[in-house]
Amino acid sequence: MKPASFNYHSPSTLEEAITLLARFAEDDGRILAGGQSLTPTMAFRLARPGHLIDINNIEDIKAVLVKKDKLVIGAGVRHAKFHEPVCDGPLGLLLSRVVENIAHLPIRLRGTFCGSLAHADPASEWCAVAATLDAKLIAKSTSGEREIEAQDFFETVMTTALKENEMLVEVHLPLLPTNTKFGFEEFSRRAGDFALTMALVVWEENGGKIKNARIGLGGVEDRPRRILAAEEILNNAVPSDEVFRKAAEIAADNVDPIEDHATPANYRRDLVKALTRRACEQASM
Amino acid sequence: MEKHDIKLTINGKVYDVSVEPRRTLVDVIRDQCGQTGTHSGCEHGVCGACTVLLDGDPVRSCLMFGVQANGKEIRTVEGLAEGKNLHPLQQAFTDNHALQCGYCTPGFLMLAAGVLEKNPDISDEELVDALSSNLCRCTGYANIITAVKAAAEQMRAG
Amino acid sequence: MATAKKRILGRRLRRLEDPPLINGKGRFADDINFPHQLHMRILRSPYAHAELISVDKTEALKVPGVVDVWEYKDIADLGPIDFRADKSAEELKAFRQYCLAKDRVRYVGDPIAAVFAEDPYIAEDAVEFITINADPLPVISSADQEPGEFKPGLSSEAGLLTHSFGETERPFEDAYLVVEVDLRTGRHSGVPMETRGAIGVHNKASDVLELYGAAKIPHRNRDTLVRMLNRAPAKIHLHEGHTGGGFGIRGELYPEDVLVLLAAERLGRPVKWIEDRQEHMMAANQGRNQHHMAQMAFDKDGKILGMKDEFWHDQGAYVRTHGANVPNRTMCMLTGAYRVPSFRAKCHFRLTNKTPAATYRAPGRFESTFVRERMMDIAADRFGIDRIEIRRRNLIGADEMPFKISFDEPGLEALIFDSGDYLTLLDKALDHFQWEALETSLAKRRLNGELVGCGLGIFVEESGKGPVDGARISVDNNGDIEVLTGGASVGQGFETTMGQITAEALGADYNKITVIHGQTDRIPYGIGAHAARATVMTGSAVNITAQKVKEKALDVASEMLQMPADTLEIENSVVFVAENPSGPTVSLAEIAKRLAPGSRDLGGREPNLSAEGFHNTSESAFPYGVHFAVVKIDPDTGHVKVERFMVGYDVGCVVNQMLLEGQLVGGCVQGIGGALFEEFSYSEEGEPLAVTLADYLLPTMDCAPKVECMVTEDAPSPTNLLGLKGGGEGGINGVAAAIAGAIDNAIGKVGAVTQLPVTPQRMKQILYEIGLGE
Repeated sequence: MKPASFNYHSPSTLEEAITLLARFAEDDGRILAGGQSLTPTMAFRLARPGHLIDINNIEDIKAVLVKKDKLVIGAGVRHAKFHEPVCDGPLGLLLSRVVENIAHLPIRLRGTFCGSLAHADPASEWCAVAATLDAKLIAKSTSGEREIEAQDFFETVMTTALKENEMLVEVHLPLLPTNTKFGFEEFSRRAGDFALTMALVVWEENGGKIKNARIGLGGVEDRPRRILAAEEILNNAVPSDEVFRKAAEIAADNVDPIEDHATPANYRRDLVKALTRRACEQASM
Repeated sequence: MEKHDIKLTINGKVYDVSVEPRRTLVDVIRDQCGQTGTHSGCEHGVCGACTVLLDGDPVRSCLMFGVQANGKEIRTVEGLAEGKNLHPLQQAFTDNHALQCGYCTPGFLMLAAGVLEKNPDISDEELVDALSSNLCRCTGYANIITAVKAAAEQMRAG
Repeated sequence: MATAKKRILGRRLRRLEDPPLINGKGRFADDINFPHQLHMRILRSPYAHAELISVDKTEALKVPGVVDVWEYKDIADLGPIDFRADKSAEELKAFRQYCLAKDRVRYVGDPIAAVFAEDPYIAEDAVEFITINADPLPVISSADQEPGEFKPGLSSEAGLLTHSFGETERPFEDAYLVVEVDLRTGRHSGVPMETRGAIGVHNKASDVLELYGAAKIPHRNRDTLVRMLNRAPAKIHLHEGHTGGGFGIRGELYPEDVLVLLAAERLGRPVKWIEDRQEHMMAANQGRNQHHMAQMAFDKDGKILGMKDEFWHDQGAYVRTHGANVPNRTMCMLTGAYRVPSFRAKCHFRLTNKTPAATYRAPGRFESTFVRERMMDIAADRFGIDRIEIRRRNLIGADEMPFKISFDEPGLEALIFDSGDYLTLLDKALDHFQWEALETSLAKRRLNGELVGCGLGIFVEESGKGPVDGARISVDNNGDIEVLTGGASVGQGFETTMGQITAEALGADYNKITVIHGQTDRIPYGIGAHAARATVMTGSAVNITAQKVKEKALDVASEMLQMPADTLEIENSVVFVAENPSGPTVSLAEIAKRLAPGSRDLGGREPNLSAEGFHNTSESAFPYGVHFAVVKIDPDTGHVKVERFMVGYDVGCVVNQMLLEGQLVGGCVQGIGGALFEEFSYSEEGEPLAVTLADYLLPTMDCAPKVECMVTEDAPSPTNLLGLKGGGEGGINGVAAAIAGAIDNAIGKVGAVTQLPVTPQRMKQILYEIGLGE
């Protein structure tokens, strides 16, 4: 399990990195961020990039900043940064709640937020967050910058809208109003394992009613996504066990779960039902 | 592929080595720096046997390339004891029978050292969560958690 | 005997092995290097079953740094990996594995070619340049499907094995109740944290081949290598270093061990091979994969009349070093701790296109206890009596010991349970763990809607199966004591155990003891560490030897102190007069000096304070235990959480309480792995689906319950002086049985669990079947 040979580049500026990527994209040049997914893939020789462009030595991409109504997460921001809230208000708390579920501490100390999105594992917690909150992803190449909506970014298992010469340089998450409630639930076999299913539920509570509900699921289908039909059940409803159960049932009815040798579609569907309900309950508390 | 000349500081000692980019940090520490206390258990980032402290952070040295550690301070199991004085974690591991075959032990010691240095007052629940990161096949874990708690107490007392 | 006053035995002494291991100074296989060594890498079959037409090495040989590449043709003079010792060996010989595949590949991972290169990275690169031409064959993916062909004209059913006694059909005709089960145990294995490793060195001057990275049974493997390589025993040495976990699977002789030796000799350079994790998951022995259809007949009082079992044992692609040992152990231990008047077990020993199977901790017993105890639970339910009560009615009584089980088949060894008081252990455990209160509190929780329950498993273990082991102990002029054994250390605390036995028997200072193990050049014989033999066999030999040394020491001390030998005692390596401990003393070091070669005080004695001693036995020692589990099931996810696990175990004589508990707890958590998490799954096409530690789920700390232990010494073994019985397998044996019972209890459906591991997916399926799913 020794990786195949590659050339190593360690730029100290983002511009340099983008230039290197443009130059080596055709020779399977890749960005090396936290490396917590890429390195094992290379150990199995399932990935054999010709060039790795290590962005760990670029200092000015390691910040999380609040800019107006959004949170801007740089390409070098590691998971562990979210252990404590990175901003005031519900969003910071939500991210802290979610990050506990990501792998284990040593992984969180190295892996990056943007790297998880670019890797696009269907069971990635950050991907589910990005999809649920309609994150905007900023892709940059030598020919310029473009903004990609989260729902367009995740195409299928480990496949994104990023072009070979593009680097995911920032992710923008909308700050959440103070009346936001959220719940996050996932089920994995052991602590830190990739979840078999996860549910993130976010809404605003106005006059005792649910507004702007978002229900995002990860680990269920080939990519994370919001389940609009289930959100409709929540919107304008008064939070109650019955509403939550109904929303969960609708969510379960509206997914097309991936299957594997051990896991029939129905099993994940059951998880969707249970975890969506529990996430709603958590949000309402 | 072009080799890179790098400088690693392992337990305070500087190693100037020339590495192929693809050599993982654990292989560089073991094969090129001769520090074989750090073990390689899975080479895909699941077992934690290769855990070292990188600038104070417990990380899996199979999930990094050696070249990436250029200029970094690395601490391994060989650096835990001060002369003949065992680190409280080492003492607690032997006192509480927290090892059998000893293969996962260096990884557990470094993980626990990193965790306790970052959070000396860690709760029991957080500690189990943090230590669930690494695999042990012999002990069934009970004595590992007992040992780490005992060491934490010792370390807090100074 | 065990009743004598123990000074050192039983104590929770810190381990002798720990200092290097906690300081990063261990010498595991990958820590061993030799100048000019080559690195071996194996090309493994990507096919589950195929005719191997040709292997093209040309391009691989061109890779800079590659010294040689071998395929079967290059080692055609080397026979297959031989059996260790097995009565059924002759019929099974055709199913042995060659070191590199000849004509056919039979599992994904079957070695096809070996690359030898200057560096492990280069070796791995070069393997990719070997081209194989193969023609896929139909895949046999399970043992209970129709047998296929191992090779033209040879069925994949390698044997139909039986164990029986008593009248087999009559009891079932006369029975008041017959219980029937259809049960499956999943394929899992030891998966030690250190993968395998082997370093071969050829000492050209002495023409000695040396193998480093040996484990478990270095002497027995030396003997097999002597046959395979046609060398004199003195021309092959095996060396055991630190060993990162054994569990039965490490240390058997595998193709790679033989290849590094052959290559070291033929290429003239040391050759190192370190298995990577992915290889380990498809190359190292697996086990447990059985399908049982069993029945038990009872009379109207709930007493067992008979037991029948037909099962299919998935042996994987080849028969490895153990021959048919695992199915045979499954059968002979199936009746467990119960009085069973008639018995018939029939095993379809079948080859499939999966990784070969062999022994894994409590081989055949984890499986058979699961089968037997499932039936006991069901029978209790059908009779409407308590689960404990039905077991009580059938446990073999203390007054029936020694209890002999003889089989009708010619040549099958009888089992003689040497000693045991099963009822007393059960009662003590019920009392110690407050079983009644536990059942009451769980019933209350169930009324509140929780899916919680408890279950149990009772079992007998086998340990210390002979035939013989020896030891040499010597005390040097400095008072340092070397205990030289042919045992093996797989992490279980062998050095500490032997150290404590020596300290007890000789009166030696425990901290002055060094224990040697696993070095075939130091001692010509050795039993190794397998099937819970080390403590019983080697421990008994060490005990006998230490007593001889003591006798000699006291003889000399008597002269030095001018007191009769029988008035003297030794403690902490110092001899003193028993009735006057503060009086004159003499140390073992001083005695050793007086016995040094050439000493004027030898007085006709053999020089040196040393001795050699042996322990011979034709009988095994049978420890026994009871496991209790408490589980909680999440009806939403199917997750089974083990809340508590309790082990009651009688080991005859405790050498070190701390180490014994370590064995029990560690074994138990491995058992939880097999019961709930671990499974080597394969696709219908024979593709292994669990070749990473992300797919093969070893229990992590969060999955491990607190395991409570109650150890008793009520039934010392009469087969050895100390009363020792083995402790290595008592933690794992009954785990699946107890957890299955606990799950049944939690969901109110006895017999619901029929397949291991009980994954959340399978648990959810069970909940659906009984109407508890949504």
